[in-house]
Amino acid sequence: MLLNASGCLDALTAPDVARALDAFVTKTVTPLPRDGNTPVRIAETDVGMLNSIGLANPGIDRFVTRNLPPLGELGVPVWVSVGGFETDDYAEICSRLDDHAEVSAIELNVSCPNVEAPAESAAQIVAASRLATRKPLWAKLSPAVPDIAEVARAAQAAGADGISLVNTIRGLKLSARTLRPVLGPGQGGLSGPALKPIALAAVANCYRATQLPIVGMGGVQSGLDALELIAAGARHVALGTVLFADPDAPARVRAELHAAAAERGWRAYEDAYAVAHEEALSVGTTLDHKSSV
Amino acid sequence: MRRERLKAVAREEIGPYTLLRVERGGLDPGAPGQFFMLEAPGRLLPRPMSLCFAPRGELAFLIDPIGPGTRAICTLEPGDELQVLGPLGNGFRLELGRPLLVGGGIGIAPLPYLSEALGRPPAVLGFRSDWHAQAAELVPNAQTCVEPTLVTQLIPDGMDVLACGPEPMLEAVRAVSPDAQLAWEAPMACGYGACYGCAVEIGGELKRLCVEGPVLCAA
Repeated sequence: MLLNASGCLDALTAPDVARALDAFVTKTVTPLPRDGNTPVRIAETDVGMLNSIGLANPGIDRFVTRNLPPLGELGVPVWVSVGGFETDDYAEICSRLDDHAEVSAIELNVSCPNVEAPAESAAQIVAASRLATRKPLWAKLSPAVPDIAEVARAAQAAGADGISLVNTIRGLKLSARTLRPVLGPGQGGLSGPALKPIALAAVANCYRATQLPIVGMGGVQSGLDALELIAAGARHVALGTVLFADPDAPARVRAELHAAAAERGWRAYEDAYAVAHEEALSVGTTLDHKSSV
Repeated sequence: MRRERLKAVAREEIGPYTLLRVERGGLDPGAPGQFFMLEAPGRLLPRPMSLCFAPRGELAFLIDPIGPGTRAICTLEPGDELQVLGPLGNGFRLELGRPLLVGGGIGIAPLPYLSEALGRPPAVLGFRSDWHAQAAELVPNAQTCVEPTLVTQLIPDGMDVLACGPEPMLEAVRAVSPDAQLAWEAPMACGYGACYGCAVEIGGELKRLCVEGPVLCAA
């Protein structure tokens, strides 16, 4: 399944892009409306981009009354990304969403690098949210921890149905002229190609640690990038920064993904699931050799 | 929203700026003040550029090569291809009694196309130097000034002002002409409402410039 990364697409302003995905993930919703952080909010680096949007969103009341009804008519399953500043925030929003048939799943954003981190652990947030909703719960984790597999195991024990890997990782860009931070809030979340090896490692480690399905994301630009995440142990793949440069990325990446799997001898890309954890096959070795010379 | 891979047709230097013409393909040139996202070769993100003018079968953009992205776009050779998405955003309202175009620096970029749409109304343009002021040749019926003279000193009373330029200039225009239509700029990753990067304060709230603008009414 191909999704968007939360915060990388607004289905209400670009419905055709959202319809090209298998599910649409909303921008993170918090209990109260948030204007977001002071501009400048984005900056390109040589290896990715930094953002510090700061969870700009209409708040759960307006989200439910104004955004959710048109999202329900989009024609693709809707996942709602949920954020907060304490455990109760997450639980409250989950319970508000529980009765809404338009919501297919909930992704708990326990890892936004641009707002004060919730003091509670990911596992506590998952456990409280679990009590508040029957919807499938996905925990979106930060790779900026010493042992992400441990966090994934704790989220699983707390009742998560799946894991989303990875959120951005904090970065800083200085103006070449003034040597001061480019972003208004100072630092931001790094996304794009720089994140891909970090995402692959996180997916591989959480695959080994849990039996939970994983949405892999981080630096996917091509179908081969997506196939690598699947090979590392992701069941699904989400597109993030690539959507900014290429709103046609869903169809393109999907086509490239099928082609990349076929080139490697698989009938379907799902057949490549977790193959990175198997012993190297000779065909793979040959391809690796070719691509490295 | 349409994105096409188009060929660069010609590149010309005008003072410090580069005028890049690309084939139009199936893209609509849009309304004056609307913009396109241009692929910056070798860079992760495209760059937003308002349309400078629309020669038959082409789109022309005036670009100031000030960073790695704009420099990459300005090194495109005729025949090189780039992805172009657009037109995007909201342009200028054109039903006006006495239009006056006001431009500053690279902010004159959308004015040639706007001037054609309005039947070549008077324009006042301000530049940092005579070198930068070479770009004034693109705008018909323009009166030009160079710093320390400021373009706001050239705005007569009673005109319907349409302005594009650096933020301090737009603020100054707003002060002398409260009903002006102002074309703003903000760092933008996507141009189509996805990234929330281009937020600016509109009516006391932070809103996406690419969706609400880039042309906003001053009042």
